[in-house]
Amino acid sequence: MARRRSPEPYLWLLFSAGGVLSALLMPILVLLFGVVIPLGWISPPGHEDLLGLLRNPITRIVLFALCALSLCHWAHRFRYTLYDGLRIKHLNELIIVACYGVAIIGSIMAGYLLFVSL
Amino acid sequence: MTDRPEYTEFHPRWYRPRMSTYWWLRRRSYLAFILRELSSVFVAWFVLYLLLLVSAVGQGATAYRRFLDWSATPWLLAVNLMAFVFIAFHAVTWFNLAPQAIVVRLRGRRVQRRRIVASIHLGWIVLSVLVIWLVMGR
Repeated sequence: MARRRSPEPYLWLLFSAGGVLSALLMPILVLLFGVVIPLGWISPPGHEDLLGLLRNPITRIVLFALCALSLCHWAHRFRYTLYDGLRIKHLNELIIVACYGVAIIGSIMAGYLLFVSL
Repeated sequence: MTDRPEYTEFHPRWYRPRMSTYWWLRRRSYLAFILRELSSVFVAWFVLYLLLLVSAVGQGATAYRRFLDWSATPWLLAVNLMAFVFIAFHAVTWFNLAPQAIVVRLRGRRVQRRRIVASIHLGWIVLSVLVIWLVMGR
C-alpha cells in the first residue's frame, strides 16, 4: 500500500523560510518606507538612486525571495489563525486553496514587477 | 445475544466541551499567541506595499512622487505604524524561538541559547544598518 505523503513539511519549510526572511528585513523596511520617510524625518531617496538600487540583480533576487516566501509565511499562519483562532473548521479546504492561491498569484506578480516591468 | 444491541434509556453522551471562539482572550499567553499569528497579516500587507513602491519606481519619477505623497496620508501612516509594531513583534518572537530549532555545537559542546539569540540579534542589526546604507547613504 502506497502511503500518502502529506505536503505539510514542505509548506512548513516555506513558512519557516519566510518567517526568517521577513523577520530580518521587514522591520527596517517598513520603518523606513512606511513611517520615517512619510513623516519627513529623513528625505526620501532620489528616484534615479532607488531605481538603480532596485535594478541591481542581487536586490531583485532578495526582494523576490522576500515577497514570495513572506506570502507563503502569511498563507500558513493565516490559515491556522482561522482554524485555531476563529475555529472555522468547516471551510478548511476552501481556506487552504484561498491562502496558498493568494501566495502563488502574489509571487507571480512580484516576479513580473521585479524582473519584467522594472 | 442478538446482533442488534438494545437501546438503553441512558444513552452515553460524549464529553465534548464547546470551545468559545474567543478562547484566546482568557490568558495573556493565549493572546500573545493569537497576536503573533495575526502579525502574518501585516507581513502580507507589507509585501503588497513594497510591490506598489517597486511598481511606482518602475513607472517613473512622477509615479514615485505620487506614491510618496500617498504614503504620507494619515490613515496609511497609521496602518504602517501598526504594521511596524506587529512585524517587530514577529521578528523578536521568531528570533527568541530560534534556539529551539537550531542546535549549534562548538568543540563538542552545545552553544548556550542566549548566545545564539544574541548573535542573531547582532546579525539583524548589521543587516538593518546595511539596508539603511543601501537606501539612504549613497
